[in-house]
Amino acid sequence: MGEVVLRPVTGIGVSPGVAHGPVARLAEPPRLPEADAPETDVPGAVERARVALAEVAAFLDERSAQAGGAAADVLLAQSMMVADPALVDRIRARLEDGRGLAHAVADAFAGFRDALTAAGGYLAERAADVDDLRDRTVARILGVPMPGVPDPGHPFVLVARDLAPADTAVLDARRVRAIVTELGGPTSHTAILAKSLGIPAVVACAGAASLTDGTPVLVRGATGEVVVDPAASLVEAAEAEAAEQAAAVAASSGPGRTADGVPVALLVNVGAARDLAAAAAADSEGVGLLRTEFLYLDRADEPSVEEQRRSYAEVFQAFGGRKVVVRTLDAGADKPLAFVDHGDEPNPALGVRGLRLARRHPRMLADQLTAIAAARDGSTAEVWVMAPMVSTPAEAAEFAGAARAHGLPVAGTMVEVPAAALRAGAILGACDFVSIGTNDLGQYTFAADRMAGELADLLDPWQPALLELVRATGAAGRAAGKPVGVCGEAASDPLLALVLVGLGVTSLSMASSALPAVRLALAAHTAAECAELAQLALSAPDAASARERVAAAAGAG
Amino acid sequence: MPERRVVVGSTVGLHARPAALFVKAAAAQPVPVSIGKDGADPVDARSILSVLGLGARGGDEVVLSADGPQAEQALDELAAIVAANHDG
Repeated sequence: MGEVVLRPVTGIGVSPGVAHGPVARLAEPPRLPEADAPETDVPGAVERARVALAEVAAFLDERSAQAGGAAADVLLAQSMMVADPALVDRIRARLEDGRGLAHAVADAFAGFRDALTAAGGYLAERAADVDDLRDRTVARILGVPMPGVPDPGHPFVLVARDLAPADTAVLDARRVRAIVTELGGPTSHTAILAKSLGIPAVVACAGAASLTDGTPVLVRGATGEVVVDPAASLVEAAEAEAAEQAAAVAASSGPGRTADGVPVALLVNVGAARDLAAAAAADSEGVGLLRTEFLYLDRADEPSVEEQRRSYAEVFQAFGGRKVVVRTLDAGADKPLAFVDHGDEPNPALGVRGLRLARRHPRMLADQLTAIAAARDGSTAEVWVMAPMVSTPAEAAEFAGAARAHGLPVAGTMVEVPAAALRAGAILGACDFVSIGTNDLGQYTFAADRMAGELADLLDPWQPALLELVRATGAAGRAAGKPVGVCGEAASDPLLALVLVGLGVTSLSMASSALPAVRLALAAHTAAECAELAQLALSAPDAASARERVAAAAGAG
Repeated sequence: MPERRVVVGSTVGLHARPAALFVKAAAAQPVPVSIGKDGADPVDARSILSVLGLGARGGDEVVLSADGPQAEQALDELAAIVAANHDG
């Protein structure tokens, strides 16, 4: 065959690591044909619709069997929806009105979607599910691939124009070796997720458009390079390189500290029971953020105190002898509960969410504290609790009082709204510690919805205004002699971690895959150097120059 | 036509699991059953999409109706499912 030199394809590397494999493309939602003509054979078209719906139902049942747990129930409910006899009735009616099959199917789904949207609340959330079912069914009818993450049956490099949160949420790190997208930026959802999963990723890669299913590629997540049809020698070299990196990471271990020995606790975020084993196996000083939402979301009924106790006890057992910071229920806004009437909120992100839910449902919080305290009894874990969405010192004091009344000695507050950061001194006077959630703090500081991709520049954790609020909180912590943690996305960026420590942060909590790189960065810089880097970032005019200046100075230092 | 007026017993209403249980039971009946809510047209009880679209919340009253030889028995069975609290 001879040596063929192929054009290099490059983008922005957003998650380090080297991986290779055949391309599998994420299919886009199908486009309805522009022209629409009546079907000549209506009964035949109805039959084709039945077959397509049955195929989608079979696909959902299969996925449901693989998924297990709450996800399985959701998929089964979706399968019931495509098997709905009323759907076929509506499709038939639209065909008789003179629509082509693809349009008739889309119209039938649209009718149900509108009814769900009109019902509001929890049901409006299901409207997106119906859209997904419509896309899958229309894809079957048009004979194009079903939208969503492909499943070629072997590990692959996922290539997409862009990844939606719904697609990325189900990514399986064991199958997806690397991610390449045409769109996206360094702070996009894809970048954040890939880093947290430890999957090498390249975004903003225009050449990705030309990559077709099955093409072998080699992806370098650190440099943004994508090699098409790599030579065997190149793959070997890349594998050796990856092994070397793994060895460097493996050589660093133990508690986090700066080059001059100032301790910075390195902790992990835990969000679901299935993450537990991997999180506990990581070399960390404990859990900096236990998201308890997983116990409540995607279910019709409230978990009992006993069920909660068992779940928390499992975590405390896995992290015996280490610290576990339990965040009480953070529901509402984008995480509604099926069994709580959230009412009609004009702007749920500014509504009754997080700790505010306890204003309406004080028993739910009391039950949760009871369960945490019961699980703590007889455990060797050092259990702390903290409340989400605290805005005032009075709220912090009330939560700390409730925690202590339940026998939980250490209680703290999330700093996610500017009000809490600005009054961090008073907040720390009312409780034992604070933990900064940089994603929400960014959202509320810049009045920019976290889910709004086109506002990604405003949500950049390097924004100097956000760092200013971290500085205020860190200074209050130093003055009070109390811990200040960061458990947002920012903590997993090795460069930004240095800045945060320079601003007075005493612990960093992140996805376990990010720990080694942050540990290495800290060990290479003194506390004084971190403080200098923090000053550089704070005095920068914008996020991009803050990142550039710190990168240049940290590299030189 | 025989009817039953029933108050929805599940706090979440006829969504999620309660709706799925109801629709499955309706599909197993020998006669077609419809379900309606004040201010909305009755819909086929075997259609999960239509039942969800009613937006029936806990405490809402719904009307079940059916016709045919075993209508009474079918209505009794389905009314019991609507009235029960499936959240617990």
